[in-house]
Amino acid sequence: MAYIEMPKLSDTMTEGTVVKWRKAIGDTVSAGDVIAEIETDKAVMELEAFDDGTLKDIYVSEGGKARIGQKLALLLAPGESAPQQDGEADKTEKRGVVAAGQSQTNLPKAKADTLKTVPLTSNGRVKASPLAKKIAAAKGVDLSSIQGSGPGGRIVARDVESTTAIPAPKPAAAIPAIPAGPGDRRIPLNGMRKIIAERLFASKTQIPHFYLNIEVDAGELIRLRTHLNEHLEKSGQGKLTYNDFILKAVVVAATKVPRVNASFAGDAVIEYADIHLSVAVAIEDGLVTPVIRQAQKKSLREISEAVKDLATRARTKKLKPEEYQGGTLTVSNLGSYGIKSFSAVINPPQAVILSIGAIVKKPVLNAQDQIVPGRRLAIGLSADHRVVDGAIGAQYLAELRGLLENPVGMLL
Amino acid sequence: MNYDLIVIGGGPAGYVGAIRAAQLGKRVSCVEKDRAGGTCLNWGCIPTKSLLRNAELFHLMKLRGGEFGFSFDNLRCDWSKIIKRSRDVADKNAAGIEYLFKKNKVDYVRGEASLAGPGAVTVKGTDGKTQKLEAAKILIATGVVSRPLPGFPFNDKTVIGSHEAMILERQPKNIIIIGAGAIGVEFAYFFNAFSTKVTLVEMMPNILPLEDAEVSQTLEKAFVKQGINVLAGTKVVKAETGANGVKISVEGKKSETLEAEVCLVAIGVQPWLPAGLSLQLTPRNFIQTTDRYQTSVPGVFAAGDIIGPPLLAHVASYEAIQAVEGMFTDHVPKRINVFPSCTYCQPQVASVGMTEQAAKEKGLKFRVGKFPFSASGKARASGEVDGFVKLIFGESYGELLGAHIIGSEATEMIAELGLALTLEATHEEIEACIHAHPTLSEAVHEATGQAFGAAIHI
Repeated sequence: MAYIEMPKLSDTMTEGTVVKWRKAIGDTVSAGDVIAEIETDKAVMELEAFDDGTLKDIYVSEGGKARIGQKLALLLAPGESAPQQDGEADKTEKRGVVAAGQSQTNLPKAKADTLKTVPLTSNGRVKASPLAKKIAAAKGVDLSSIQGSGPGGRIVARDVESTTAIPAPKPAAAIPAIPAGPGDRRIPLNGMRKIIAERLFASKTQIPHFYLNIEVDAGELIRLRTHLNEHLEKSGQGKLTYNDFILKAVVVAATKVPRVNASFAGDAVIEYADIHLSVAVAIEDGLVTPVIRQAQKKSLREISEAVKDLATRARTKKLKPEEYQGGTLTVSNLGSYGIKSFSAVINPPQAVILSIGAIVKKPVLNAQDQIVPGRRLAIGLSADHRVVDGAIGAQYLAELRGLLENPVGMLL
Repeated sequence: MNYDLIVIGGGPAGYVGAIRAAQLGKRVSCVEKDRAGGTCLNWGCIPTKSLLRNAELFHLMKLRGGEFGFSFDNLRCDWSKIIKRSRDVADKNAAGIEYLFKKNKVDYVRGEASLAGPGAVTVKGTDGKTQKLEAAKILIATGVVSRPLPGFPFNDKTVIGSHEAMILERQPKNIIIIGAGAIGVEFAYFFNAFSTKVTLVEMMPNILPLEDAEVSQTLEKAFVKQGINVLAGTKVVKAETGANGVKISVEGKKSETLEAEVCLVAIGVQPWLPAGLSLQLTPRNFIQTTDRYQTSVPGVFAAGDIIGPPLLAHVASYEAIQAVEGMFTDHVPKRINVFPSCTYCQPQVASVGMTEQAAKEKGLKFRVGKFPFSASGKARASGEVDGFVKLIFGESYGELLGAHIIGSEATEMIAELGLALTLEATHEEIEACIHAHPTLSEAVHEATGQAFGAAIHI
């Protein structure tokens, strides 16, 4: 007999939604069979069975949410029968999710009819001592941001006391929204929206951002791309996008100014040896940032292929957690939406994000002070001032400009 | 022979450390000069609890029999049997340790060990033969022995330590006990219960000076009522032995010269350092160790009483496990933090965490909750209404800071509060926990409520 529990499918996941049951009660299941589809904060993932058996009971119906570790279904091995006493408990248990702050073994026998109506804390279940919880509440420290030093990672008083108070995000308390009235649409946050809200709120409130902007002459880039694509088309290969060149340039420039590929670590700055390039991809009702691993080792062609593959799978929510975690530098490109220039919010814990605008035609002064038609590309850099100073950011953008204005150099 | 670990000393630090290392798959040898189990099993915790059980029963029947409807024409006790029962208990326990050694494949070596250099131990066996053992790591857990009063050496007859006090062949008519820590207090209760005339002398203002003052003063009153002559805040100025006993001059509220057949000196202990290497010591001559229980010599560790106070068996075992896990696993050893203290006289005294004085000295804002056993139904039914539960909570967060119990079952009741302190519980968790009725432990619940204005029965 085995309970199938909600697995932890991403590092930030605290709960998941059962999108679809692929197996029904009474179905025979073999180890490795996909039994359900689970939506996490980032993606929809397949839940596989680890054992053979028969699906005896389902505790969370489609559309229902469950915390990590909560029982989703009961799988009986061949020849087994369901436990009598447990069965009673499970019948009531399947209606309720764990209420805030309560342990799994202490489940309230909720009377709620659906899973969706039971509120969950945004923190998830945090293992902390009663004293630690009280001190955290008094200091305004978010317990989920603390590493516990007690047995089994439990947060104890000294962990909270040694934490500088970082106020927990309380957007609702600060400025309450106008309540939804007739005709208004109230859209409950899905997992992804919740994570976007939490992480970007934390980024904008905790990271001292500053912004630099440059405009790059894209003339050479256009010529090179046109030339290469003609060549590629003839040989029946896929075309390169402007974005592919920009990503390549971002990576090459970061190898020259490694400080931008870094994180603030409290008592140190960590400069990463590998450039794991996060690329912001808009998807239905949100965005993800899949990661091109060790991008500094990849050619223009390899980057192009990697980003195409990741973006396609991101849009169909088929990314694995390791494919959108662990990035060290992010590029956000809104050029295809016609945005001229913008300043993106840093993707924590990274130190730099680049905002790429559209290539626009405009009159420019050439070296002889004549007004000529120009093709210009605006690039913004948002940086964590704890890691990157203005001069470093400027140096990085100068490298980037050099690469994009003489793009042949990148191909070597 | 080559080992991963040689443990010197087979007491609560030594045998526990040896077994833990063996469980981790290490080849371990444990060297003991006397008997497995150390002071605790052989000459401390366990045999004295046997004696005190006798004392309790005899005291109850003799003095309070009538209260319970018992009458005796000729209630007597057989001193030699009382002592023998205590020794039998110790023997059984020591044999139990030897069994555990066998079960865990720890080589048990009888003899006196000395450090022959880093990684080497010489053992002079009980048969006089010397052997050399080698190991990557050595754990010193040699413990402590009774410390004599300067100029008043032990003579095993009239001037004795706790070791001799528990095997006196004849019950003394009178005894002077110098030092009212746990040992002095327990022996005072023991001898007094059998009608030996007891004088208990303590230099500090209160007996059990490490306990909460209110508890110490309550115990003093109970002792005085039982007939013990308690001289707290009293200094020994002169001590001499004569033909028929001892003569002790003291200075306190009054100056006097006391005489008795026997004097038990229970003023403290001194470390039993192994011969050989010289290790860095603390100002009080215990072995100096780091947070990982490492001594000043690489590869040589120490745990238990030998590294200094608190000198308690359960502390020693904890330290040894921490030290051994630090040696052989990636566990980061911890130093002792929360530990209970228990004294097994009647009424019993038990405590964990901060005393009220300590909280005051630290300048903490705190609240005190107190509940007397006289208001407990179970205590009345048992006829044990002496004492109280006193709890100290932080003012701002209501966390438990300390717990102090004096009463008939105090030592069994303290565990709950040790857990509360370890888990960093606040008054809310203790109040939320239903305590069975009728039990003495309800007093813990009520004392908590009392601190926050929610007690029902007081």
